[in-house]
Amino acid sequence: MSRYFTDEHEWIDVAGDIATVGITDYAQEQLGDIVFVELPAEGTTFEKGDDAAVVESVKAASDVYAPISGEVVEANGALEDEPALVNSDAEEDGWFFKLRIADASELEGLMNEAAYKKFVASL
Amino acid sequence: MPEAPIRRLRWPVAASLLRKGLAMTAIDDVAALEAELPLEALPLDAWHRAKGARMVGFAGYHMPIQYEGIMAEHSWTREHAGLFDVSHMGQLTFSDETGGASVDAALETLLPSDIKGLKPFRQRYSMLLDQEGGILDDLMVSRPGVPGEEGGAFEGAAIYMVVNGATKYDDIGWMIEHLPDDVTMNHMADQALLALQGPEAGEAMAALIPETADLIFMQSGPFTWRGVPLWISRSGYTGEDGFEISVPGDSVALLADALCELPQVKPIGLGARDSLRLEAGLPLYGHDLSPAVSTIGADLGFAIQKRRREEGGFIGHARVQKELADGPGSKRVGLKIEGRLPAREGAQIYAGDVLVGEVTSGGFAPSVGAPIAMGWVSLPYSALDTALEIEVRGKRIAAAVAPMPFVPHRYRRKA
Repeated sequence: MSRYFTDEHEWIDVAGDIATVGITDYAQEQLGDIVFVELPAEGTTFEKGDDAAVVESVKAASDVYAPISGEVVEANGALEDEPALVNSDAEEDGWFFKLRIADASELEGLMNEAAYKKFVASL
Repeated sequence: MPEAPIRRLRWPVAASLLRKGLAMTAIDDVAALEAELPLEALPLDAWHRAKGARMVGFAGYHMPIQYEGIMAEHSWTREHAGLFDVSHMGQLTFSDETGGASVDAALETLLPSDIKGLKPFRQRYSMLLDQEGGILDDLMVSRPGVPGEEGGAFEGAAIYMVVNGATKYDDIGWMIEHLPDDVTMNHMADQALLALQGPEAGEAMAALIPETADLIFMQSGPFTWRGVPLWISRSGYTGEDGFEISVPGDSVALLADALCELPQVKPIGLGARDSLRLEAGLPLYGHDLSPAVSTIGADLGFAIQKRRREEGGFIGHARVQKELADGPGSKRVGLKIEGRLPAREGAQIYAGDVLVGEVTSGGFAPSVGAPIAMGWVSLPYSALDTALEIEVRGKRIAAAVAPMPFVPHRYRRKA
């Protein structure tokens, strides 16, 4: 399994043709206390860059974009009861949704962990 | 930023020219002009940064939005005592050569509240209204001494006023236009303002200045702490007991440190200040209040005492009188929201297919454990428990008109 990162502060775990998407620890830290996560319905198809989810923190609502194209196969139901999971465990249990990857070549331009760390350090 | 002070000083002039229709015609031009101004630093800037604050631009200043997190800071204030830097607000004094009579008379033409009847060391909530009765700002006025007697605070000024930070230069411009020549208005630009709020605020304040224990809600007075002159009022904007402390800018860090060394006190950012005031049902100028809305519709009629309602004599009285008789077109209401999705400022409010209003403040309420909102709805839909719907990202969420405050006020009133 390999993990990719976007400059929109999302992480993507790829296993076979399934991608698990979440927001990074840096992103949750910036958003602050998260009180609601709106997730896409199973079967929704996204083009890369579409609005896929919304994170509501105490401060504001923020869009989460589909980092790659694909069809939603599962959303993380645990976030409905416990949106704060995104704060406490953004990069594991706080995942948002899983996509069936439509075009694996879209992963090519994304960052690996080292590159993302460097990107965050530059902000 | 050497040019910043000069550009800022020009702003009230631009704003007042705009009102007279002599300069630029589009409000957007002025907003854009204002947005271009560089942010300024308040006296506690370095102090906030050293405490780990995340700083944002607010009302033209760098200000702390949070330290450890909005939820934690909100809860700390409801349970202990939070220290807020509100030095962006405008602190003004009004003086004359007639023992306060000219000031009182002049301010009664600008404010709908009873100023002549404001007793020494008492404070009152009021607002500036425009000719159409729209709200230009909401503010606090207090009497810093005994009229005609020596020794009052603020060099014997007749009135001390605190206005909102984002509107202070507009307010100053407006008042310069309308005040007579025998009234002197002084903007204390170097004066800082702190708010200490929460159930343990009384205890914390008394640890530094025991005499403050005698103050009750909306009472104020001059105090001295380590040789520094302070003006302290028992008031605030969180719904909790607490104080607002006016302190010279060069002493504010010393005072903030002394307060935060107490076990009851932590610094709190703007984020929690907003969620606390929303739970307390208190309107925020520029969001819940604006020139487009009226005092009576805003449910702020308590700020207009009986004599003023009857006699008038202030700018905007016609609107107040008409709305007291016929009712306002729309009203500011509290909204409780079903589910967990917050409805935020700008969300539209429906009754069936009819658009009846708009959310003006909204978010998750940490002490309620649910989203809440404040908004304006047209009068027929403003009664308590009226079932409404709010549109959030294309979806309708169920809401109902709810009583405010959402969290009970705990002011220290007379025993």
